[in-house]
Amino acid sequence: MFLGHAITAQQLYGQLLVGLINGSFYALLSLGLAVIFGMLNIVNFAHGALYMVGAFVAYFLLHGLGLNYWWALIGSPLIVGALGALIERTLLYRLRGLDPLYGLLLTFGLALVIQRLFQNYFGASGLPYDIPPGLSGPPRNLGFMYLPNYRAWVIVFSAAVCFSTWFLIEKTKLGAYLRAATENPTLVRAFGVNVPRMITLTYGFGVALAALAGVLAAPINQVRPGMGADIIAVVFAVVVIGGMGSILGSIVTGFVLGMVEGLTKVFYPEASNTVIFVIMAIVLLIKPAGLFGRVA
Amino acid sequence: MREPASAAAEPLLAVAGLQAWYGESHILHGVDFDVRQGEVVTLLGRNGAGKTTTLKAIMGIVAKRKGSAKIAGGETIGLSSDRIARLGVAICPEERGVFASLNVRENLMLPPKIAREGGLTLERIFTLFPNLAERLNSGGGKLSGGEQQMLAIARILRTGARFLMLDEPTEGLAPVIIQQIGRTIAELKREGFTILLVEQNFRFASTVADRYFVMEHGRVIDAFADSQLSANMEKLHEYLGV
Amino acid sequence: MSANPVAATMNPFTREGREFGVVFVIMLVLIGAAPFVAYPFFVMQALCFALFACAFNLLIGYVGLLSFGHAMFLGSASYVCAHAAKVWGLDPELAILTGVACSGLLGLVAGVLSIRSQGIYFAMITVALSQMIYFFCVEAPFTHGEDGIQGVPQGRAFGLIDLSRPAALYVFTAAIFLFGFLAVYRAVNSPFGEILKAIRENEPRAISLGYRVARYKLAAFVLSAALAGLAGATKAIVVQNASLTDVGFAMSGEVVLMTLLGGMGTLYGPVVGALVVVSMQNYLAQFGQWVTVIQGAVFVACVLTFRRGVVGEIGKALKWSI
Repeated sequence: MFLGHAITAQQLYGQLLVGLINGSFYALLSLGLAVIFGMLNIVNFAHGALYMVGAFVAYFLLHGLGLNYWWALIGSPLIVGALGALIERTLLYRLRGLDPLYGLLLTFGLALVIQRLFQNYFGASGLPYDIPPGLSGPPRNLGFMYLPNYRAWVIVFSAAVCFSTWFLIEKTKLGAYLRAATENPTLVRAFGVNVPRMITLTYGFGVALAALAGVLAAPINQVRPGMGADIIAVVFAVVVIGGMGSILGSIVTGFVLGMVEGLTKVFYPEASNTVIFVIMAIVLLIKPAGLFGRVA
Repeated sequence: MREPASAAAEPLLAVAGLQAWYGESHILHGVDFDVRQGEVVTLLGRNGAGKTTTLKAIMGIVAKRKGSAKIAGGETIGLSSDRIARLGVAICPEERGVFASLNVRENLMLPPKIAREGGLTLERIFTLFPNLAERLNSGGGKLSGGEQQMLAIARILRTGARFLMLDEPTEGLAPVIIQQIGRTIAELKREGFTILLVEQNFRFASTVADRYFVMEHGRVIDAFADSQLSANMEKLHEYLGV
Repeated sequence: MSANPVAATMNPFTREGREFGVVFVIMLVLIGAAPFVAYPFFVMQALCFALFACAFNLLIGYVGLLSFGHAMFLGSASYVCAHAAKVWGLDPELAILTGVACSGLLGLVAGVLSIRSQGIYFAMITVALSQMIYFFCVEAPFTHGEDGIQGVPQGRAFGLIDLSRPAALYVFTAAIFLFGFLAVYRAVNSPFGEILKAIRENEPRAISLGYRVARYKLAAFVLSAALAGLAGATKAIVVQNASLTDVGFAMSGEVVLMTLLGGMGTLYGPVVGALVVVSMQNYLAQFGQWVTVIQGAVFVACVLTFRRGVVGEIGKALKWSI
């Protein structure tokens, strides 16, 4: 068929599944970046590092406190989210009102520090994290492919979280405050809303989403200090392709690009590393603001 | 300059020596005036006189301010805008500030209640502004100028704020809507709201105002009561360059 | 400031000209004296990084574009130059030119893709593009992946000067650095530079005045890429190898740190910053893995409290524009 080897349905669906899983992570991470960018107008370079920290916290919760995966799913985002709120309140806060590039620089420096610290303590190789008991066991036979339970869970749960976040932002009163403060923070504050606190909590929330992705990734990708750095460039490309103007756009772009990456692995494996970047280049030529982006 | 005072001894708003900056630009050079409880006061002046900046300075949303702005006797220079809002102050800005990413209902319900009793009920608001009731699900960006103005006024009425600052509420609106706004302000005045108005259209202002302060180059240069309006017409024309 | 700033800085009789001249002479003296006080090899590396930082600073300091992937220009030129010298047997100056041409071309492509995007997106795009280049360098046969290109010959510059002699190599490197430094200086203090400044301060106004803003930005981007390539290619000759480190993300981060620490938007800032960072790496080498942590911490501290950088603070204190 292609490139001299026949591709079985098993291979195809298998890679699509991997693609969907990666797409789940891309969607969760670019969603977090979009939420942070909307309110704070900075790109959180520390996002990859905090995703990694999320995975490590899950590891510590298990091996240190004996709290299993299900506790980690809630605990890790809460802990890392609190850490994020602290970072915003003590560091990023001082840069409000300055050129947003300083925010980039600061989060970049933070990413360096965090990643290096973890690498120094834990080395470059990964720590194992087992698939939680409820989701391990033999894969389901769907006829056209085998579907591992844990992987199915990751996709479904990620989609649910993404959809819930979208719903929260677009359809609830809390989301209305977020959208209004993104549009005109001064006026919202003049109505009596504590906007600075909203900003802090928004950063915490965006970062919590990254940590959640980290927990989901832990049983699949293992827990490595470099896992954030490995994924951040692709996530940036996803964000540029989608544009940060639309929550739904970020989510959809993440999932779709993950699948495109998976498909590329099947038909043209050498390009799978770079296909998303190539798509980014094409999108930049046609629509620099991104597929769903608003022209500022 | 002052008419015999109404019952309240202490003005609701007392501004003295107020200075304000936008970035490096020094806009207000020492503004002095006061607004008594239940009054409607209008700031008049040409474009660039500093009227909008005065409202913003009182609300606390300028870059920097100095001097004194006391609300109900308490100094507010140094307070953040959300704390000033919770004293019972609300602003309806010149650009209206209707949030395009929210629909009309969300816009209306957004400002939180800052007084326990709350403000006007939704029923009451829809009586004053029937058009809004029809447009609840429309996106904020899709409203006409008149609808936006009504929404901007309506949403601060819900909060329970009793001191309202309206910046050019009739700008660019059709006469019919201007009349509606005039009726609304008169109605609010009857209910005891205190209103500080900025208006270019002093004919409109004269239908509701009790007192006028004229501003030029960031200062108050003249003041008179409504009863003295016709006597001061010529001076006014000169000030406003009309 | 005098009415014609271009003429002013070139004129030794104006204040700006004097300030620049004084510092430049100091720098010349330091470069001349350096090999007698420190290891020449170390100084040459520092000079290469200083040039790299100057190239980067042209973009952030004078155009306002933060490129987080500048290593792609340094590294690609480094590889191409190494290959040209070792496999094609070109003379060092020709190998370097080949490297520069490559990075300049890459700069053109990257620039066309990214220049239309605003600051935040621009930074992300540079990260993505440089990651793509990194992957390419990992896979491409001529780069030899993890091993890199070793044993790059230093050859004879212009067919005459034997660069394996330390003194000759040093003068060669210093000359290239000074050329690059002066190129940045000339670009900034020229009508071109004035337009860039206008764009940075008020882009919509520049557009309304009729300037093809995208073209100026692109030109600055290509120049920055070419100069970074010059630094990379020269480095390949000096250290006699090209490796993945040169195109890696850490390298991109380091040049940002150097420029921030030294002073963004100042002429001498990147030079000072490069010197500090390279020295830091040498003298802190005993701390091994902690060097990066310290660097990151210094970075964060600079962004919070020391945004003008060393040269920026000195310049402010003396009221000199350097």
